[in-house]
Amino acid sequence: MTTLNSRIPEGPIKDKWTLYKDKINLVNPANKRNIDIIVIGTGLAGGSAAATLAELGYSVKAFAYQDSPRRAHSIAAQGGINASKNYMGDGDSNYRLFYDTVKGGDYRSREANVYRLAEVSGNIIDQCVAQGVPFARDYGGLLDNRSFGGVLVSRTFYAKGQTGQQLLLGAYSAMNRQIARGKIEMFNRHEMLDVVKIDGKARGIIARNLVTGEIERHSAHAVVIATGGYGNVYFLSTNAMGSNATAAWKIHKKGAFFANPCFTQIHPTCIPRSGDYQSKLTLMSESLRNDGRIWVPAKLEDAKAIQQKKLKPIQIAEENRDYFLERRYPAFGNLVPRDVASRAAKERCDAGFGVNATGEAVYLDFAAAIKRYGTEQAKIKGIHDASIEKITELGAAVIEEKYGNLFQMYEKIIDENPYKTPMMIYPATHYTMGGVWVDYNLMTTVPGLYCIGEANFSDHGANRLGASALMQGLADGYFVLPYTIGDYLADDIRTGKIKTDSPEFDEAEESVKKQLKFFIENKGTHTVDYYHKRLGQVMWDKVGMARNEKGLKEAIVEIQEIREDFWKNVKVPGSLNEFNQELEKAGRVADFLELGELFAKDALEREESCGGHFREEHVTEDGEAKRDDVNFAHVSVWEYTGKPSEAILHKEQLEFKDIELKTRSYK
Amino acid sequence: MNLTLKIWRQKGPQDKGRMVEYKVTDISEHMSFLEMMDVLNESLVAKDEEPIAFDHDCREGICGMCSLQINGEAHGPDRGITTCQLHMRMFKDGDTIYIEPFRANAFPVIKDLVVDRMAFERIQQAGGYISVNTSGNTQDANSIPISKHNADLSMDAASCIGCGACVASCKNSSAMLFVAAKVSQFALLPQGKVEAKDRVKNMVFQMDLEGFGNCTNTGACEIECPKGISIENIARLNREYLAATI
Repeated sequence: MTTLNSRIPEGPIKDKWTLYKDKINLVNPANKRNIDIIVIGTGLAGGSAAATLAELGYSVKAFAYQDSPRRAHSIAAQGGINASKNYMGDGDSNYRLFYDTVKGGDYRSREANVYRLAEVSGNIIDQCVAQGVPFARDYGGLLDNRSFGGVLVSRTFYAKGQTGQQLLLGAYSAMNRQIARGKIEMFNRHEMLDVVKIDGKARGIIARNLVTGEIERHSAHAVVIATGGYGNVYFLSTNAMGSNATAAWKIHKKGAFFANPCFTQIHPTCIPRSGDYQSKLTLMSESLRNDGRIWVPAKLEDAKAIQQKKLKPIQIAEENRDYFLERRYPAFGNLVPRDVASRAAKERCDAGFGVNATGEAVYLDFAAAIKRYGTEQAKIKGIHDASIEKITELGAAVIEEKYGNLFQMYEKIIDENPYKTPMMIYPATHYTMGGVWVDYNLMTTVPGLYCIGEANFSDHGANRLGASALMQGLADGYFVLPYTIGDYLADDIRTGKIKTDSPEFDEAEESVKKQLKFFIENKGTHTVDYYHKRLGQVMWDKVGMARNEKGLKEAIVEIQEIREDFWKNVKVPGSLNEFNQELEKAGRVADFLELGELFAKDALEREESCGGHFREEHVTEDGEAKRDDVNFAHVSVWEYTGKPSEAILHKEQLEFKDIELKTRSYK
Repeated sequence: MNLTLKIWRQKGPQDKGRMVEYKVTDISEHMSFLEMMDVLNESLVAKDEEPIAFDHDCREGICGMCSLQINGEAHGPDRGITTCQLHMRMFKDGDTIYIEPFRANAFPVIKDLVVDRMAFERIQQAGGYISVNTSGNTQDANSIPISKHNADLSMDAASCIGCGACVASCKNSSAMLFVAAKVSQFALLPQGKVEAKDRVKNMVFQMDLEGFGNCTNTGACEIECPKGISIENIARLNREYLAATI
């Protein structure tokens, strides 16, 4: 049986990474070119890893299901990337970034990994600037920062509301440089459908060419999974339509343990859903909470009138508004962490104070910010006795400069002008902290199989802070994996090319083909989306923002029923050897139907509330999450044994040596 | 609302392709255009017909995967958005909507509304990068001050999403706006100056090789660009190219 060894190096936390790097094995440059590495997924983590590994001299094959690495969903990240540069001089440091991340994650992440993340965060900014990423600057030409939820400093670097786009295009450009040099072989419109293990080690993959339908074998000395999170298990999420868990789930079934699947982030500021036809949800950047104030009517009758469209928000007087985050959390106000903000919004809406027809929305209001900035601008411009109209005009211009593209996006979807009336927002699934278990080297429980970025579980505990996903993706890809993978590959310099005509490849290809053939020949009665939507509904209702024992037990049974129905009655049109989008979806939903069950099982087993995981049985008197450090200060690590219901639980005990375990308070 | 859709169907690159008529009913004005396409596809699968292939992914206007020429316009009738951000409130009951793939010789059709934009990839690979190593041995980020004005202009150019609307809108199928966006992003930054001459020459060379047409200053690309990339970037590209070749 595989035992968990997190391989955390000895030594004081500040020196662990440096000392460790000094001692690990390296591969000689001449040998690197004889070593093949497969990277699946080309977002921030996969793209930066592929570029750096190629630059070091390895032969890299990179795979993306889209038509270009630039389409990966990292591109949609809006707000920014954290780094402990302390350019603002507000007392930031590596330790503070480390502390905020561990606390923000509700003390369920690994200290050593998080410290390393903070330590390399500054390098990321240096690297990206050298690469030509056009970060926002002040008039002196230096880099500008803003503030994000859950912290008391400004450490977030940004490029308008398109930071993810600019960072991904940076990694993409680094990849292009290596593709041009012939060091990366890029496989666009390809999807990995299984991993191939030889003698217990990851030695290759089976992939489908999504244009021709051809099944391909690719071998390598190591395989890196960088395929993002599994938020689409909810059907509706802020993930891209194609974001999926197939690579992560396939490796789980081949021996990679899966950690904390129930730790999922429900992001507070998303555009509320409008109808059953809805295909996805759209995020409004957390940066909006710097200037927007969140509220609902204080009186139930006002809320009812708003729901029936008899009253407009601007008609509600200041004293009749409930700024519930400012009321409950005076120290952090509207900038509490995401899990806290989401639950507070749900609590108000459940109590009947929601502000749209479905009762599932709260206001995000910029009127106060517009007035504040407008007054400031009037003063700067020397306008005395400025009229309210003039102040509003000046203030709106400042808001437009900061958030213009987000406001435009909102207006296109909702058809209301957020400069004039408050935005409506509601929480939606956004990010998954859980994922494939990895050790300090980012290696899974399968030798030679690595997992980086959102796809792994390592750095965010039970809740991720804003602007930390980009940081982790790039840290893993640029600065961590390229070093740690060498330690493993140093033993492989004499192995030579891995052959793809082995029985292991035969077997993996056979099983992939069998499943694809089944889908096409099944000729069932319901479409893939029908099952995906049913699964999503169960997940949202029973494994969503608030969970309880009864609901979770029901969810497990219901997911099993949906899965059984799916394998009997799913209908996939078209044929195998062609561009077939329904066939692609079928395989992904099949995996979500298994992952969803493990997710619910994990949520049921974790008898505490922490971060994004909120169990209604475990609440303090004032309604806050109640953690149980005595029984649950561990990572829940699941081993696949044939069925999600029979998964075996392993525990990685978390040790807190540099941070005191205490109740998270943002009051 | 009820709509008539005339959609381009093409089995594969070798197939000739044709417009096929479909009817959709009870479409909500709050739906996005692609959600309307989802509704149509679900009904086609239910009737054992093959659904319409179209590219899409993020559905929030940033990945650049979605395309579609709608009533003759790239990304449809609205401005400053991609197809996935287009909402049905832009249409009215009884409308007939023509839906075609982005058309250009350099963008061959893969199937139905899906086109192959690998030509864009090869142009980026020809020089769309700064040759620094990613291993972190760079100078401190603040040691290179950049005027806010130039940083902002660079950011505007860098916001290109590589969708290909500029090519599809151009009567010459020119990719000048796409190439100009990348060349400008780096030309405006000190980091990009070192290789500026080689970059512009190599990218333009590859652009010509791919079979894109030339720019004749019509300006359709700028109007249809979902990110509003300014045609001034093409002027900058021309200046950079001239300076690099004399």
